Amino acid sequence: MSLILNEVNYYYGKGTNLVSHAVKDVTLTIEDGEFIGIIGHTGSGKSTLIQHMNGLLKPTSGGVYYNGRDVHDGSFKLKELRSHVGIVFQYPEYQLFEATVFDDVCFGPKNQGLKDNEAGLVAFEALRDMHIPPEMYYQSPFELSGGQKRLVAIAGVLAMKPDMLILDEPTAGLDPRGRKEILNLLSRLNREKHITVVLVSHSMEDVAEYVNRLIVMDKGSIAFDATPKEVFAHYKELETMGLAAPKVTYFMHQLKEKGWQVDTSAITVEEAKKSILAAIRR
Amino acid sequence: MLRDITIGQYYPEKSVIHSLDPRVKLAGALIFIVSVFLFENIIGFLVMTAFLAMCIKLSKVPFKYMVKGLKAILVILILTAVLNLLWSPGETLVQFSFIRITKQGVYNSLYMVIRLSYLVIGTSIMTLTTTPTRLTDGMEKGLHFLNRCKVPVHEIAMMMSIALRFIPILMEETDKIMKAQMARGADFESGNIFQKAKNMIPLLVPLFVAAWRRASDLAMAMEARCYHGGEGRTKMKPLKYQQMDKKAYGVLFFYLLVMIVLKVIL
Repeated sequence: MSLILNEVNYYYGKGTNLVSHAVKDVTLTIEDGEFIGIIGHTGSGKSTLIQHMNGLLKPTSGGVYYNGRDVHDGSFKLKELRSHVGIVFQYPEYQLFEATVFDDVCFGPKNQGLKDNEAGLVAFEALRDMHIPPEMYYQSPFELSGGQKRLVAIAGVLAMKPDMLILDEPTAGLDPRGRKEILNLLSRLNREKHITVVLVSHSMEDVAEYVNRLIVMDKGSIAFDATPKEVFAHYKELETMGLAAPKVTYFMHQLKEKGWQVDTSAITVEEAKKSILAAIRR
Repeated sequence: MLRDITIGQYYPEKSVIHSLDPRVKLAGALIFIVSVFLFENIIGFLVMTAFLAMCIKLSKVPFKYMVKGLKAILVILILTAVLNLLWSPGETLVQFSFIRITKQGVYNSLYMVIRLSYLVIGTSIMTLTTTPTRLTDGMEKGLHFLNRCKVPVHEIAMMMSIALRFIPILMEETDKIMKAQMARGADFESGNIFQKAKNMIPLLVPLFVAAWRRASDLAMAMEARCYHGGEGRTKMKPLKYQQMDKKAYGVLFFYLLVMIVLKVIL
């Protein structure tokens, strides 16, 4: 089970005088069970890129392959691809429309052709996985708070039982607690249900802590594709792309300049803590 | 589908038409609309086509882009054509049982289709070459005299500019919600008309909610900046007629004159 993007190019507004080359020669393989982060400055092509992964956009040139099959060859049903690769868009709470939370989560499974009771079953499971309290199941989604709405919207995609879940800035506009909650739930889905998670994010701290592979987009092409540690070692180059390393990495570099024997490759607070304590004991 | 609607969209380009005063373009669109309903014969139609072609050429907007606007009214066009074709009196041309096509009917349906398409293309030229802000500025200034008869010109212009401004935003929003629902397996293409209408619910409900939210946010933002209507409000870029605008008026009145003369003598 893998998703391959081969030399994908995408242009917006072809045939007008407003052409923009949003994705440039992107080649990428996503394997089962990975937890991938995609970072990039606004307008670097992240959102356009992920829409290729479930066939919402057709590349202007290049190919998208799911399990070795070209998804745009005509015989491949895009609807089927979309049950395997789920995308949660930015501000997914704006897609809710049903009268109750439960019905809304059932929308995806029903589109997959499940019967009412089967759809209900997977909806329950998805809502539980997203830690939605049962008393909310029969409320109107419009009565919930922003963070809860977002969890419901994610459950709506999760209920389709995708093998791969792509989320476009799922934590945008949430408070620290809401952010942590969503990220922890995603990490659990990745660990326990072996769902491949692709997380588009603006927060270096979030990706440093959760993902095991980090892709950096710059002006439509992939600038780096490595582990977070390796990527953040290039923090000087990241800055020229309008990005940065986690704050704690800068702090470690400053400590090092002051003569402390600390590990400058630390990217999370936890790692930094260990390294500093070790340095103090020495 | 919805993305194909180009009415009310702006196409940035540097052309004579783009740089004209919006009042000229408004007057032009008005004169053109009048002329569209004046013509009844082939010569008037030719003059009109020539005028339209000249405007399109001068505007440097690709012709393809304008025709795209017609897609949105395709159903209306077909309906008009069919109705006019079937229910027109006059000399019978062909007859199958109860369907009777007359010579008059063929002319009527042809003319109506041309009229409607020209109407859309003509007004598209105006909106494609004028930013919504300039358009409403032009409208406000051009209709300022109505203020004396207690017509709230500024408020109407403001409402229009907000409405125009929101078209691309709502379009983008539609696109986003559509994609989000398609990612959840929604199908907007297949099925008969009733199924299609039912399938639109997952799109229309969030869209309506979003429009409502945007409207209330905007109202709040306007109030926070002490908006109180047009009284005593000055402009950063007041509209002033240039040499080019005067020439354009000349061309417009000449065109109107030709159309009237043609109408009278033919």
